[in-house]
Amino acid sequence: MSTEAIQPPTTSIEFDYKHGFHDKEKAAITTDPGLSEKIVRQISALKNEPEWMLELRLQGLQAFESRPMPDWGADLSEIKFDDIRYYVKATDRGAEDNWDDVPEYIKNTFDRLGIPEAEKKFLAGVGAQYDSEVVYHSIQDQMAEQGVIYLDMDGGLREHEDLVKKFFAKMIPVNDNKFAALNTAVWSGGSFVYVPPGVKVDLPLQAYFRINAEAAGQFERTLIIADEGADVHYIEGCTAPVYARDSLHSAVVEIIAMPNSHVRYTTIQNWSNNVYNLVTKRAFAHEGASVEWIDGNIGSKVTMKYPAIHLLGEGARGEVLSIAYANSGQHQDAGAKIVHAAPNTSSTITSKSIGNGDGRSSYRGLLKVDRGATDAKSFVRCDAMLLTPESRTDTYPYIEIEEEDAQIGHEATVSKIGDDEIFYLMSRGLSEEKATSVIVTGFFEEFIKELPMEYSVEMNRLIELEMEGSIG
Amino acid sequence: MSKTKLLEIDALQVERESKEILRGISLSIGHGEVHAIMGPNGSGKSTLANTLMGHPSCEVIGGTVNFSGQDLSDLEVNQRANSGMFMAFQYPMEIPGVPLTTFLREAMNTRRGEGNEIGVREFRKTMLEKMELLNMDPAFASRYLNQGFSGGEKKRCEILQMAMLEPSLAILDETDSGLDIDALKIVAEGVNAQRGDHMGVLIITHYQRLLTYIQPDRVHVMVSGRIVESGGPELALKLEDQGYDSYVNRVAEGV
Repeated sequence: MSTEAIQPPTTSIEFDYKHGFHDKEKAAITTDPGLSEKIVRQISALKNEPEWMLELRLQGLQAFESRPMPDWGADLSEIKFDDIRYYVKATDRGAEDNWDDVPEYIKNTFDRLGIPEAEKKFLAGVGAQYDSEVVYHSIQDQMAEQGVIYLDMDGGLREHEDLVKKFFAKMIPVNDNKFAALNTAVWSGGSFVYVPPGVKVDLPLQAYFRINAEAAGQFERTLIIADEGADVHYIEGCTAPVYARDSLHSAVVEIIAMPNSHVRYTTIQNWSNNVYNLVTKRAFAHEGASVEWIDGNIGSKVTMKYPAIHLLGEGARGEVLSIAYANSGQHQDAGAKIVHAAPNTSSTITSKSIGNGDGRSSYRGLLKVDRGATDAKSFVRCDAMLLTPESRTDTYPYIEIEEEDAQIGHEATVSKIGDDEIFYLMSRGLSEEKATSVIVTGFFEEFIKELPMEYSVEMNRLIELEMEGSIG
Repeated sequence: MSKTKLLEIDALQVERESKEILRGISLSIGHGEVHAIMGPNGSGKSTLANTLMGHPSCEVIGGTVNFSGQDLSDLEVNQRANSGMFMAFQYPMEIPGVPLTTFLREAMNTRRGEGNEIGVREFRKTMLEKMELLNMDPAFASRYLNQGFSGGEKKRCEILQMAMLEPSLAILDETDSGLDIDALKIVAEGVNAQRGDHMGVLIITHYQRLLTYIQPDRVHVMVSGRIVESGGPELALKLEDQGYDSYVNRVAEGV
């Protein structure tokens, strides 16, 4: 791991904001199933990309093909790579797929969560447009005045090629892991964010509200650049289940936090239960910067996700707060990775997981203190709660320390919901399901209280829904 | 006053872990009456309290219990609560991450039913009043339910919940245990403020001292799963004086 800091962009950036939220091209193009050099070239050509990006994609393809499947973590043997369509243009989705094909349980959950009609179709992957322009117009204007760039990744590449070239695949190299390599080869959509020096973005940037711009794609690629002293909170996802016809979601998120900046990245993901959710997230935090991954994993068939923070500058701070909920048939293999590569850096990892039915959750974490990273402080806590005797939890904490004065704490607990807790709450009038959801909500409280109000309300409702029918 | 009794227990037999603990208890409490059940450790007092509330480990193998005209065996724990029964726990559970206010409002609204929810402001006002009465720091409202509370704080929190939920029958299971005399007085005041025609009380206790502050209408002595004597408040004083030995010996001798 190189500890050489990436220099902040020195030029002031001008941009045209009117392209920010809408992809104007309407060409209906989707690639054939399967992956090949031809497909990768086709994707790049469709997007009119510069040559260097095509080269990067091809390197990604090569790395993907040459790397073996991971022999650790969750079972990935059932992924059918040849059946996947690697590029589906957002505007095609509505035309090709049918609302009638969306599973009943997904539709019911939408209704119970009170998801508006327009959003339902998008979340179900059968509608491409969700017009948020009116509501968010004033916010856009305000951000534009501050010089904040917030585009989809394709737009970012078109309009700010120099910035993208400088940072793209720098935190997560092309050959980092098999699925990051795949993403590099076929990425589409995602967000590009640049916050100028000293600018504080007051409201969270919400990918949810610009999903018409392909941000919720299968292989989205997000790059967030917080310049010196900048402050930004980015939120992706929503609590409603997202139905994906193609069952592989492999995203890459890269964050660069320049000196004294602050970046928080909040994820709430509730994929439908056919999805393999294999995501690579990594942030570089320079001197005095702080980065927080707030990561909620509720749905999917399999999730493998370990948000990473490399503390590269003195006094940098990192925090990973994640929750995972594994219901029957689901395996959540989630965790965190923190590398202390500079003196006086500090980090905390908090992982909370719940197993229901025969669901399985694992915490997998790496905490590393490099030589020279003196006075590092870190605290890791993982709590697991099992709702049923058939559910399972495992903890795989890896710790590598090369400085003797590092202060490292580690705590792990496994609990079960006991009859006595349920009895206590029921004796105050709550039904058994309600009592269970109160306990589960309490268990996730540390996560939920970090969410903006509307998300935390949804999250509580979702937990109640999840507990229904799970009792007895 | 309604003609039916608040609580009517008839020949109740209860097993816990396949062991018979209650061997035919009969007891009747009228609306607004305060009864105390006293007895040595292991006599089955807490099993009676838990059976009434419906703890899953208490299996009724004989007899009946009627609460406000309803057969208890038809009611789930939460239905009993929503019919007006309340139990202050001997060992209240800690529920991490669930703020006391959030929980109490949820419980109150469940009790009041849909469309009749209590307003946030009214709830807050009532809660702060009751907390003041119980000498509780208002900061407790936002703390997680019982988490990190001392023994005395937990007991006061139980009485706060009782005061908010306004039950028709409050069962106090060893509420005095672990309380110093000041806390005991505060808890007793909380109960006394609430007692009246609309709330009957069943006090389960080993010691007489709580009964100094909450004057019972009736006192029952329980030994080995049976009520061996019933009387007025003077019975508690007699027990304080003479202890349970004579009863225990009589039961042992099969008298």
